[in-house]
Amino acid sequence: MFGRLTIDALPFYSLIAFGGALVTVGGALAVVAGITWFGQWRYLWSEWLTSVDHKRIGIMYVTLAMIMLMRGFVDAMMMRSQQAVALNSDGYLPPEHFDQIFSSHGTIMIFFMAMPFLTGLINIVVPQQIGARDVAFPFMNSVSLWLTTAGAGLVMVSLVIGKFSTAGWTGYPPYSGAQYSPGVGVDYWLWAILISGIGSTLTGINFIVTIFKRRAPGMTLMRMPLFTWTALCSSILMTFAFPALTVVCALLVLDRTLGMHFFTSGDGGNMMNYPNLFWLWGHPEVYILILPAFGVYSEVVATFSGKRLFGYTSLVYATAAIAILSFTVWLHHFFTMGASANVNAFFGMATMIIAVPTGVKVFDWLLTMYRGRIVFHSSMLWTLGFIVTFVIGGMTGVLLALPPADYLMHNTTFLVAHFHNMLIPGALFGYFAGYMYWFPKAFGFTLNERWGIRSFWCWLIGFYLAFMPLYALGFMGMPRRLEHYNIAAWQPYLIVAALGALLILVGIAFLVVQFVVSVQERQQALDPSGDPWNGRTLEWLTSSPPAPYNFAVLPDVRDIDAFHDMKARGVAYRRPDRYHDIYMPKNTSAGVILGVLAGLLGFAMIWYIWWLAIAAGVGIWAVIIARAYDDDAEYCLPASEVEKIEAGRYQALANSARTQSANEPIFSNQPLPESLT
Amino acid sequence: MTTDAFVVAAPNGDEPAAPDVYEQRAFGFWLYLMSDAIIFSLLFATYAVMARNNAGGPTGNTLFSLPNAFGETLILLFSSITFGLATLAMKSGEKERMLSWLLVTFLLGLGFVGMEIREFHGMVQVGAGPDRSGFLSAFFTLVGTHGLHVSFGLIWILIMTSQVIIKGLTVPVTSRFLRLGLFWHFLDIIWIGIFSIVYLPGIL
Repeated sequence: MFGRLTIDALPFYSLIAFGGALVTVGGALAVVAGITWFGQWRYLWSEWLTSVDHKRIGIMYVTLAMIMLMRGFVDAMMMRSQQAVALNSDGYLPPEHFDQIFSSHGTIMIFFMAMPFLTGLINIVVPQQIGARDVAFPFMNSVSLWLTTAGAGLVMVSLVIGKFSTAGWTGYPPYSGAQYSPGVGVDYWLWAILISGIGSTLTGINFIVTIFKRRAPGMTLMRMPLFTWTALCSSILMTFAFPALTVVCALLVLDRTLGMHFFTSGDGGNMMNYPNLFWLWGHPEVYILILPAFGVYSEVVATFSGKRLFGYTSLVYATAAIAILSFTVWLHHFFTMGASANVNAFFGMATMIIAVPTGVKVFDWLLTMYRGRIVFHSSMLWTLGFIVTFVIGGMTGVLLALPPADYLMHNTTFLVAHFHNMLIPGALFGYFAGYMYWFPKAFGFTLNERWGIRSFWCWLIGFYLAFMPLYALGFMGMPRRLEHYNIAAWQPYLIVAALGALLILVGIAFLVVQFVVSVQERQQALDPSGDPWNGRTLEWLTSSPPAPYNFAVLPDVRDIDAFHDMKARGVAYRRPDRYHDIYMPKNTSAGVILGVLAGLLGFAMIWYIWWLAIAAGVGIWAVIIARAYDDDAEYCLPASEVEKIEAGRYQALANSARTQSANEPIFSNQPLPESLT
Repeated sequence: MTTDAFVVAAPNGDEPAAPDVYEQRAFGFWLYLMSDAIIFSLLFATYAVMARNNAGGPTGNTLFSLPNAFGETLILLFSSITFGLATLAMKSGEKERMLSWLLVTFLLGLGFVGMEIREFHGMVQVGAGPDRSGFLSAFFTLVGTHGLHVSFGLIWILIMTSQVIIKGLTVPVTSRFLRLGLFWHFLDIIWIGIFSIVYLPGIL
């Protein structure tokens, strides 16, 4: 009846595991109780969970990312504290638990923190930046969100029912095969990323079509904002790299569930095929994560320097070059596998070549700031912290790209330091910059600057404390993923690293404080203009938060910084003569139902509950087929309604009189809305 | 008018034409097919890597039957022709003729899947199942993935048949039908790859 699932799956075997389960269950119950207490289920269901509005989907993605960031960071804290004390002792974590923690930390941070974060930002911003009313496939967008959430849900469930993988976030066989990992851990890992990976492929397709087919009149490709360009390249990578992840995970599932021999160590298996397939996705994935962050930096640096982006064309070409090159370097993740020297040399050189377009970008950002009137907004601080820190990570990357050097540093903490150096300042700082930059667009009020800046400094200093010692430890020969050790010289470095993690914890706490304080003081930080930073791109033309249709009338784009150009010509806020009916997609519960069914399917496959797997599979088909008969997925917003909404918007603009709250920078060069003078 | 910030497309002030949703769907579907093509190409590559890893078990030479594979090829290619005839009938608005060609396509597809199941069943019977060796794992996965796609295509044909009957040849229905056509012909191309990379070298 319940397959492999027995009462032993509950975590009564260890106090720490039980604590983790308790926090998970308690948190979930608290959320459910809170929603019930405030009577918000109906609102939540009809306005959010079933929404196909790209802005709301984006907000839900970012919310998911923030929750998973907390979870993933708890894992990081546990690893750092374990290693700080585990000299000649077992510390407080048994090896099996420690292995689960580093596996779930990596899995969560990549798939369920970074991916939803960047997808959320793209969702909120890109349609507005290109002057569109929605994405090309709003329903599919909702499906993507709920598939990602289902995957994240499976990882969370593994805390309570059963155990997570101990095979690391890359899950190399033969260790991850059925012979050496017979439990459900690897299956949790596999099904979580299989399901969310399909969501990411769909997101990629959705945004390629949106960006190619839904741009406002006049917005040629070379007038697109840079964030849109990076979103496009990222989407192309998602569409064409994620299938490799789907294949490699499916093959490992077949090995484990049906006893096949793709990656087994005998019976004709070829375990070296696994890293090839995995990194064929995995390396483009690095750029899927980092390119949108580059896009955020580009927007932020131009806005807060008060200048057009320096070298727009070179930034576009550099982005495209990085996207193409990202498919040619996957082998550098396993130089030590034993390919010939020539093969290694090719991939080493290809890797180093990527540093060139990345370098171009760094210079473009620096030259954008040169002689600009820089406003040190918190998102600008994240950008500056990124530029300095990322260059260090880039240098260590070029070092690792040398196969002989890689043979020495392979599998040491040097590598751990390197990729955290790329992904924390490279990607995460960018997401934070985007979060603080676009928050007013999503919610209608700006975030508290003081707490944002405090959080930034904690993160930046904490990052250096946490990861610079790992570079040194790598040179000293410390392997990654060590549960305990007996070399006393390592311990001081590990203690510093733990202190760094502690400082980052403070940084995360300040992010929470920032959010709470901003919500409490939102009346003083309202953004009635929709353009709090004197923005340059079209998303600042809409109101904050935007009407469901974003633009009552589609803008006419004449220049790269379309909105800046419109303000300069004094036409940004011109009232149109008349409005038209607008057709918008209807909300649908099919997306969230598909997500739940996919999660059930995954859970059933993990525990070998075949009847449930079949039922969930049939359910998925039923929903898809039912949806295929629905040719009436849009509703009409009549012109009169649009006019009413827009009248309210112009009223708010008139009342705001361009006042900025006291602690915000004041922009004198902002032309007054023409209709108000 | 030239300085107006907003597009005023037609002289009568109408909203500029809505983006063509059907064109977008076709483009999106092409992207899906390309990403599916990557799935197949990786399965092909995996098969190529593992084709000799028979672990002392049976090889393609003893397992594959050329007449069977050739028969499957003929059936599938012929179903592409009949699908094309259905498409032509749809374009000339002949609903009945379209439905009958669709029925022929469905039966051919069903025959293909039946032959494949029979082949798989026979192999499992002689102890050459997917868990026998790396070669057979790769074989069953590659050919089976294609077979699953054909089966999904069959379900889709049924859906389209019912939609044509219930809804008639409306714009959404015909656009959906054209995407099904892309899917069906795409599976032909994959099959030609399977025939020439799996069956021919396996037998010769």
